[in-house]
Amino acid sequence: MNWGEFFSMGGRAEFVWGSFGAVALALAVEVIVLRLRFKRAKAASEASHVSRTMKT
Amino acid sequence: MNIYKYASPVTFYPLAGKMMPYFAVLAAVLGVAGLTMGLFFAPVDFQQGEVYRIIFIHVASSWMAMFIYLVMAAYGVLALSFQTRLASMMIEALAPTGAMFTALALLTGALWGKPTWGTYWVWDGRMTSTLILLFLYVGYLALIHAIEEQKRADKAGALLVIVGSINVPIIYFSVVWWNSLHQGLSVSVKSGTKMAPIMALAMLLTALACWLYSIAVALVRVRAIILERELENSLENTMENNLGKSI
Repeated sequence: MNWGEFFSMGGRAEFVWGSFGAVALALAVEVIVLRLRFKRAKAASEASHVSRTMKT
Repeated sequence: MNIYKYASPVTFYPLAGKMMPYFAVLAAVLGVAGLTMGLFFAPVDFQQGEVYRIIFIHVASSWMAMFIYLVMAAYGVLALSFQTRLASMMIEALAPTGAMFTALALLTGALWGKPTWGTYWVWDGRMTSTLILLFLYVGYLALIHAIEEQKRADKAGALLVIVGSINVPIIYFSVVWWNSLHQGLSVSVKSGTKMAPIMALAMLLTALACWLYSIAVALVRVRAIILERELENSLENTMENNLGKSI
């Protein structure tokens, strides 16, 4: 298989890879932002008495 | 086993944590399989050329955009009829992901439209109704964050989501009802698929991957929401107790 041909996507590389890139970026950003939110929520909860009622 | 037990946020919290990794791993495996099949093994489309490969993410995003909204509406019915806090939390947990997939459906659609139809955007039924769906997601999030009292915010949000769900069948059937630039249904319940089997399989795999991804993300987000709300409630209680003592 020819990689150059593969990446050129029939001369429409910007549209095809732009689409795939946008999806990959959006999912990555969502996962990172969500991780931070969960960590922050957990830390805040552990700092308060709520942590006693929430195990794991 | 008492399933009603899991309608309580405190019992659902650890269960969601345990289930999440399975959905995440399965989503990754199916996503890689679907993309490999779609990018390397599916043949070139005889009309649209290589650009058609955008469907492997465009269709998955569009399905998720509509499906997540319907799931939110179903939780809305549960929230209003049984007053379950967890149902409202699930709506809140799903909304950002639904909005993201709607934005991606519009963006990947535009990137497909330009080389295929010669334009990024037209105000036809399908695209306009999908844009309205994005506004419904954003409107829901704005609404629940604008209302300070949690119970009222939950109620208003559930109501908005239920009313807004009328837009989903409009999106789905728009290409049938109105003559449109957007192509017709490639996969339908009645006539099956009009695509090569390997194309359909790759599309199904990426769609399934997005579905599992959405579940995993919603489970993490609902856990964060449970913690945030519990903390807020406990802070309010302490403040009230302290106020009570000082008076």
